[in-house]
Amino acid sequence: MKLSELKQAQTALVVRIGGNGALRRRILEMGIIKGTKIYVEKYAPLKDPVELIVKGYHVSLRVEEAAQIIVELME
Amino acid sequence: MEQASFTIALAGNPNSGKTTIFNMITGTRQKVGNWPGVTVEKKEGRIKKFGHDLNIIDLPGTYSLTPFSIEEIVARDFILEEKPDVVIDIIDASNLERSLYLATQLRELDCSKVLFALNMHDLARARGVKIDAEKLSELLDVPVVFTVGNKNEGVEALLKTAVELAEKGRTTKLKRRVKYNQDVELAIQDLSALIGAQVGSQLGYDLRWMTIKLLEDDNILKKRIVEKLPEKAQAVLEAAHAQRENLVRRLNEEPEIIMTDERYGFIAGIIKEVLTTSRRQRVDISRNIDMVLTNRFLGFPIFILLIWAMFQLTFTMGAYPMEWIEQGVAGLSAGLAALMPDGIVKELLLDGIVAGVGSVIVFLPNILILFFCIALFEDTGYMARAAFLMDRIMHLIGLHGKSFIPMLMGFGCNVPAVMAARTLESEKDRILTILITPFMSCSARLPIYIVLAGTFFSNKAGSVLFAIYLTGIVMAILSGRLLRSTLLKGADAPFVMELPPYRMPMARSLIIHMWDRSKLFLRKMGGVILIGSILIWVLSAFPREVAYSRNYAEVKQQIETEFTNRLETAAAVNRPALEQEKAGRLAHLEKHRQMEKSEKSWMGMIGKVIAPVFAPLGIDWRGGIALLSGFVAKEIVVSTMGVLYAAENEADALQTALAASGMTPLSALAMMFFVLLYVPCLATIASIRRETASLKWTVFSVVYSTLVAWLAAFTVYQGGRLLGFA
Repeated sequence: MKLSELKQAQTALVVRIGGNGALRRRILEMGIIKGTKIYVEKYAPLKDPVELIVKGYHVSLRVEEAAQIIVELME
Repeated sequence: MEQASFTIALAGNPNSGKTTIFNMITGTRQKVGNWPGVTVEKKEGRIKKFGHDLNIIDLPGTYSLTPFSIEEIVARDFILEEKPDVVIDIIDASNLERSLYLATQLRELDCSKVLFALNMHDLARARGVKIDAEKLSELLDVPVVFTVGNKNEGVEALLKTAVELAEKGRTTKLKRRVKYNQDVELAIQDLSALIGAQVGSQLGYDLRWMTIKLLEDDNILKKRIVEKLPEKAQAVLEAAHAQRENLVRRLNEEPEIIMTDERYGFIAGIIKEVLTTSRRQRVDISRNIDMVLTNRFLGFPIFILLIWAMFQLTFTMGAYPMEWIEQGVAGLSAGLAALMPDGIVKELLLDGIVAGVGSVIVFLPNILILFFCIALFEDTGYMARAAFLMDRIMHLIGLHGKSFIPMLMGFGCNVPAVMAARTLESEKDRILTILITPFMSCSARLPIYIVLAGTFFSNKAGSVLFAIYLTGIVMAILSGRLLRSTLLKGADAPFVMELPPYRMPMARSLIIHMWDRSKLFLRKMGGVILIGSILIWVLSAFPREVAYSRNYAEVKQQIETEFTNRLETAAAVNRPALEQEKAGRLAHLEKHRQMEKSEKSWMGMIGKVIAPVFAPLGIDWRGGIALLSGFVAKEIVVSTMGVLYAAENEADALQTALAASGMTPLSALAMMFFVLLYVPCLATIASIRRETASLKWTVFSVVYSTLVAWLAAFTVYQGGRLLGFA
């Protein structure tokens, strides 16, 4: 499933990063790579962007950007 | 010990506490400027320490050295081209894994000696993170120093280690580096043999680094090879391209993606050996604060409240010192007027320089307060939250969430608003924000609307004002979308933004921040404003001798004689009334003389020449000159109209004069639209020039907004006439 489909307070593992060029590279360089655990902290009041916790820090992505990240839900 | 000077650069992620350490090291001996050709702030400080002259450079905060953003290009180029003796990588100790990505890239560059500062390790420890510094140092072959920047702990030791490292001279190559998979390593081997033969050390870059970057299809390096070694470039780039294609086929993925992945793999290995995290879960204060500040229901109300408070502080509290400065300027002006003999020099000094520069310097309190507030937002970490909240809305115009603050500030004054665009990281966002901010109607334009709307739309003035402000916002949105899809096209900067933990701001950094930016305002504005004021003065004060239609001196003499006679014969009770009548007649005469003078000045001549331009907007030559003078400052427009339409001093007289001059409600409306949309003032132009660091964008902004203003006014006037409003 897409990262953008997760709900608040769900955790998932990254399976694949789609998209292209600068955005994909930037996401990878921020440490969101295959196998990284992502926790969905919250969505902004207007439902976009989304705040995530990755490798112990908080980062926000636009929903359209999060849709490029394929994840597997962890329970 | 011999006296040698060393260059020490500070690199690190944004929010790693890099600037705090820089401030601790250099104190007030720092110089803020821009990196050549770009608007990224460059901070430099020179100090004497341990028997050496140290030149400390604060590189822009970046997460990587992949040249996507200007900050990354600037940081990488500085290290590559200037080869600082030591690069200190400031690492946020509670964020070790991500921070080490930049560290691996710094080591890969292999051109300066690298030193790690594990900053804020007290916070990391509190969070249950323990780092084995010795092990880290051993594994990466890099000295490691613990620091707590905001408490000035370890900063001295850090500097000492850096100097010792610099004294040692060039050491041997690094022992341990990122090993890529076999396919990549083979490609590196093949390609580096060719690059070694063709390029060698001619560019002064590390061989392995060049090879890796070419496999990653690094555009900046490719361009540099083409520029510096044109005859060799083709062979090298073709070979690199072939190797890259080969790798893409084998790995079924772009090499740069694989390599990024493997760098993180390398880092994961290090982390495993040096980092221990205790299970103890602490209450995370920052997360709790965010529960409130970016809360679904409370987030926006609190944001609006804070912005409102910033506005109030800037414009209400700023009004007091503003008044003092105004009085000071007036005092200076009066003093000079009394001291100096009449003549052209006095006029130039008083009407040109003092009046012109004085009209800009009054913004200083606003700017100081505004930048203090912005520094507060930035240093506490709230700015990132503001962007988080507003991004959805700003994204509609193709802008980043952070663009909201400059645009909002525009309603107060465009000068600090344009300067506030500095907080945007992407240059395209910054330029776009700067270009559309002037459409936000600033407070100096209000008096013009009040005069015009009050005269011609008396009972509907409020609605007209509202429509004007709204038009400005709509124009900003339309222009934003238009420019985003034309001149400033290109991928939207990805909104991958860190939300750093909230931190207590340090008074010292806040003040340094505020003062640095305000100093730039004073210095640069002073120059442009000075020249502009002198120019406008020359245009309105020359030619010196005007052929008046009547002899004003003679008429004045007549009036005085007449009143002298009348006063002599009048009864004592009538004298005050007579004195008043005399003063009124003299003032009236002086007004007419001034009107004729401006009509016959160079400015007036220009006004008559450009009259055809304004005619289709229903604006006569006098309105044209008033608008022309508005290029300097909108405050002048009303007073220019006052002179030209020969109004008496009373407030409503200008309105009577305007109504009598043949101006219609429709042409007044056209004029208001023109005022709303064209260049706000000289000070804004000067800030645009400064902030875009580009003459091209400055000229574009002036031409574009004036064109938009003309078209809008034309549409209003001619459209209105077609619809039957006269």
